[in-house]
Amino acid sequence: MSALRGSTGAAGGATTDRPDQPDRPALVLRGLAKSFVDVQAVDGVDLEVRQGEFVTLLGPSGSGKTTTLRMIAGFTRQSAGTIEIDGVDMTHVPPHRRDVGMIFQNYALFPHLTAAQNIAFPLEMRRATRSEIKRRVAEALALVKLEGLGSRYPRQLSGGQQQRIAFARAVVFHPRLLLMDEPLGALDKKLREALQLEVMHISRQLGATVIYVTHDQEEALVMSDRIAIFSRGRIEQLGRGEDLYDRPVSLFVADFIGESNILRGRFERDGEGGWLARGNLRWRVAAAQEDRAALSDGSAAAIVVRPERLRIVGLNDPAVAAPGVNAVEASVRDALYLGSIRKYELMLPDGQAATVRRQVGGGEREWQSGDRVGLIWAVNDAVLVADPNG
Amino acid sequence: MTDSWRQPHRLLLVALGALTVFFLLAPTLVVVPMSFTASNSLTFPPEGFSTRWYEKMVTDPQWSTGFVNSAKVAFLTAVLATALGTLAALGTVRGRFPGRNGLQLLILSPLIVPVIIIAIGMFSVFVRWKLAGSIAGLVLAHTALAMPFVVVNVATSLRTVDRNLELAAQSLGAGPVRTFRRITLPLILPGVMAGGLFAFITSWDEVVVSIFLTSARFRTLPVEMWEQVRQVVDPTVAAVATTLLAVTTTILLLALVVRRQAPAR
Ligand SMILES: Nc1ncnc2c1ncn2[C@@H]1O[C@H](COP(=O)(O)OP(=O)(O)O)[C@@H](O)[C@H]1O
Ligand SMILES: [Mg+2]
Repeated sequence: MSALRGSTGAAGGATTDRPDQPDRPALVLRGLAKSFVDVQAVDGVDLEVRQGEFVTLLGPSGSGKTTTLRMIAGFTRQSAGTIEIDGVDMTHVPPHRRDVGMIFQNYALFPHLTAAQNIAFPLEMRRATRSEIKRRVAEALALVKLEGLGSRYPRQLSGGQQQRIAFARAVVFHPRLLLMDEPLGALDKKLREALQLEVMHISRQLGATVIYVTHDQEEALVMSDRIAIFSRGRIEQLGRGEDLYDRPVSLFVADFIGESNILRGRFERDGEGGWLARGNLRWRVAAAQEDRAALSDGSAAAIVVRPERLRIVGLNDPAVAAPGVNAVEASVRDALYLGSIRKYELMLPDGQAATVRRQVGGGEREWQSGDRVGLIWAVNDAVLVADPNG
Repeated sequence: MTDSWRQPHRLLLVALGALTVFFLLAPTLVVVPMSFTASNSLTFPPEGFSTRWYEKMVTDPQWSTGFVNSAKVAFLTAVLATALGTLAALGTVRGRFPGRNGLQLLILSPLIVPVIIIAIGMFSVFVRWKLAGSIAGLVLAHTALAMPFVVVNVATSLRTVDRNLELAAQSLGAGPVRTFRRITLPLILPGVMAGGLFAFITSWDEVVVSIFLTSARFRTLPVEMWEQVRQVVDPTVAAVATTLLAVTTTILLLALVVRRQAPAR
């Protein structure tokens, strides 16, 4: 751990010298809701975040991520539900006593203060001594690799530098929670990717508990311990990136995280088990999937297969009839070479498109546009979900 | 082709503008040369050159008392109107409460309601409250007249301050008062100062309400001029008017400069 940790010399009252209690969650949201005059922005969010965990709220614009964050920070009072930080109910605690660091998309640096004065601000508010402020500001500047820029005003710094100062300012007082609302949204792609790793590393190094908001699924996958997928003010699914990618609970999650092939149809059951039927095509559904989705016979459903789980074989290949494998006839429309992978765009007999990604150099046969092929996947590699639009 | 009709067109515009400025300014500026006349009466063009009317203005206790009274009232008005107006602007811009628009209108109403009506209303109330004829009464009245200028200036500044800055300050541990003192106030300071200077001028050359609320023992400069002009027209009035004008112009220019300043750094 760096020297920054454990040197919280402030005497601001209840916020200091808390013993690390790894068992107690850093943040607990229960039935959290917020309604505005004409919209239900947040509609019953439950979430438990461990000490030192990096949790990302991921979802499309308008799904209630910012509103949730603002309620945690105390900027907005919830309409229902509770927020607990370190085991303390925050309902009647004003923002300045919540001990929560917030980083805004537009940085929100104080324009009339220098970078160093910006970073010193939370320490001054906690009545730290002058020498301690000086030391910790220097440490924070070093942490974000901006030593020597402390005397600059925000307008004299680039966007990336401003965001680093904002980050330093939010962590210098060791808040109990670090909240970030699309902090990298305004930066260009290259800088964004570099800062993603930096934010992640420094957060881990400091042992900070982070609630991070983004609508960029790649960013969420890169940075997070766990991801909460937001949709219409609710958490649609909560889990590690792998869980969300491999076992999405809904069509929405499958569509939002990664690339998916979605085959829609009706769920049917017979003596052998479950099927997804679509016209005269039928695909076997794994028993575990069937149990998980808990669909009734005849309901609209879909199976989701990731592009790298699909395989292309010749029409007469024995693999087509192998047990535990689903197959469908298809024609290759485009065969694209993308360096490390090949991407095939195929068309099923009923006109639906499918995408296949295969690693280059695996010794697999190459296919050409116009080839008639068999498209196969292992029954266990497909996920069954309800189709709300079916 | 375009130039051939545009040229005389633009000339006409410039001429019209110059004429307008002349008609607006001439009657005001005429008092400046008149105040340096050597003769005993107000004449234009002035005869000769002399500063004796300025000497008379400074030595005559009636004028100098008026000057001091005006400065006192204007200063106190500026302080009071700035404090109250800034708070009112904060409330109406940042606050969310029922009747916010109504309150805003009420605060700005002195800009719309004819001054004579305000004067009569205040006079009848202040007489009952025994505030008429006192410096306190006049300061209160002028504060009501000046507050709209502070509110408008501060509200304009406030609307340019990112709300997230205040939220950031709060999340960093600053309560509402410290957030205002350390973040909001420095950022709106140009607006606050400009508002204060406008408040000063509003009081400084106010006549109508002042006529009602002053007495023979307590008169401001504009009221003194009004009284004197009705009796003897002596060129001292021109000297006083010139002084009044100089102070007003200086402060007005100062306010315009201040308002352009970026926040203190
Ligand atoms: N202050 C507000 N007043 C009214 N509606 C709001 C307000 N803030 C957010 N909303 C609405 O709440 C919903 C969720 O918004 P938000 O939390 O900002 O979503 P996200 O951050 O996921 O894009 C949106 O429909 C938005 O229009
Ligand atoms: Mg948002």
